[in-house]
Amino acid sequence: MDYHFQWAEMFSGEPARWMWEGFVTTMQISTISLSCAMILGIIICVMRMTPFKPLQWFSLAFTEFFRNTPLLVQIFFWYNASQFVIPDAINNWMNDLYYWFPGPFTAFGHEFVGEWMLFNVELITGIIALTVYTSAFIAEEIRAGIFSIPKNQLEASRAVGLSFLQGYRYVILPQALRIVIPPLISQALNLIKNSSLCMVIGVGEIMYQATQIESYHAIPFEAFSVALLIYLMISLCVSFCITMYNKHFMVQVMY
Amino acid sequence: MHWNIALDNFTYFLWGNTNIDWVFPFIHRPEGFFASVILAIVGIFGAFWLGLGAGLMRLSRTWWIKYPAVCYVEMIRGMPLLLLIFWFYYLAPVITGQNLPAFSTTMVCFIIFTGAYVAEIVRAGVIALPKGQMEAARGSGLSHVQAMRLVILPQALRNMIPSFVNQFVSLTKDTSLAAILGVIELTRTGVQVDNREMVASFEIWITIAALYFLICYMLTSYSRRLEAQLSRYQARDR
Repeated sequence: MDYHFQWAEMFSGEPARWMWEGFVTTMQISTISLSCAMILGIIICVMRMTPFKPLQWFSLAFTEFFRNTPLLVQIFFWYNASQFVIPDAINNWMNDLYYWFPGPFTAFGHEFVGEWMLFNVELITGIIALTVYTSAFIAEEIRAGIFSIPKNQLEASRAVGLSFLQGYRYVILPQALRIVIPPLISQALNLIKNSSLCMVIGVGEIMYQATQIESYHAIPFEAFSVALLIYLMISLCVSFCITMYNKHFMVQVMY
Repeated sequence: MHWNIALDNFTYFLWGNTNIDWVFPFIHRPEGFFASVILAIVGIFGAFWLGLGAGLMRLSRTWWIKYPAVCYVEMIRGMPLLLLIFWFYYLAPVITGQNLPAFSTTMVCFIIFTGAYVAEIVRAGVIALPKGQMEAARGSGLSHVQAMRLVILPQALRNMIPSFVNQFVSLTKDTSLAAILGVIELTRTGVQVDNREMVASFEIWITIAALYFLICYMLTSYSRRLEAQLSRYQARDR
């Protein structure tokens, strides 16, 4: 084992800057997809709960399809194949997206301009894939949470004059969402880990930057170890959050 | 739309019919599909034994047995599989001094990665058993190892079958990541065909997704049935 470690090179200049950009992109893509996936997941779950059969079938097909196919295949699908079936207007809109959110920004002694906030078609595609994939899982988890609420609560809410949707909004969902917070947090962690797959379409997140550093600076071991440490840090923070939640805020539902 | 391409793929896997009109690499390369299946099956076997070992180590009270397993499980569960694959791919030659084939590298990574999740399943399965089982086994004169082997594990393994099948489903989906290192498996076949054909990416990716879906859905519904069956027996003794 005569490998010459070059940690100093990893923590200075270009590699360090690229890694930081990757971290920012990972957090950006995860935050956006998590918010969208929560909304989509709740919608899919409520569709599954409605008494209207076609909606039930649609959401069943949605969850089963997106849960049982690999995320990588889905990413390839959204990036390579979906352009042939969606309208040209949407394709053009996605290909034209070049938004820089805030202006230039300084951190760790480096000035970041433009690139790291680039909203291009790859980033949008990655966000769509992650959102749809995660929302299927979130829908299943929320459904499990709703099933843990006794059914007569919904009946009671109907009896006091709330409509079906109102019953869900004011009675069932507030309790169910509170129960499913820990699994949802671990789903968020899964989302952050899954975002590493977006590198295959060229989204500049941590894994992509690590492969870039590997090919430009020939320090693969250092690059991937730093990437690993970043992911570990994130996941330890998240599991700490879950522990704290369970310890202090877990609500005992009384029946 | 070129749905006949997609249909060809299905018919090939159903009864081996190849339509010569479509010169289509996918139907000439079913080995991609079989590589995925082999990766998944060998991976889950390895992961079962690794996970059983790590899970039992995690249950131990001796710190030098327990904490290596805790570190292993926590670290692996905290990192993406893709990162593990890359890290191992670049680390292994540093240690062994020679380049390893991508297939075996990914296979080892699948075993290590899934093993951590199986370890958690094993641990949960053992913890879920009533404490009195162990005490009664020890009380009737079995040693700790014997009690584990003859009393605890048979029950715990029965409890963990559904989650284990679910883990098999995740592993089947995860085998698609081997494509990134260039292993010719189902997803990689799709990438190759997509790069070559230029016309039918929609059909190609739908076909590949459908193949994964078929395998995984069969396993999922099997696991659901199994779970119903097992919990029916359990409901009786509670």
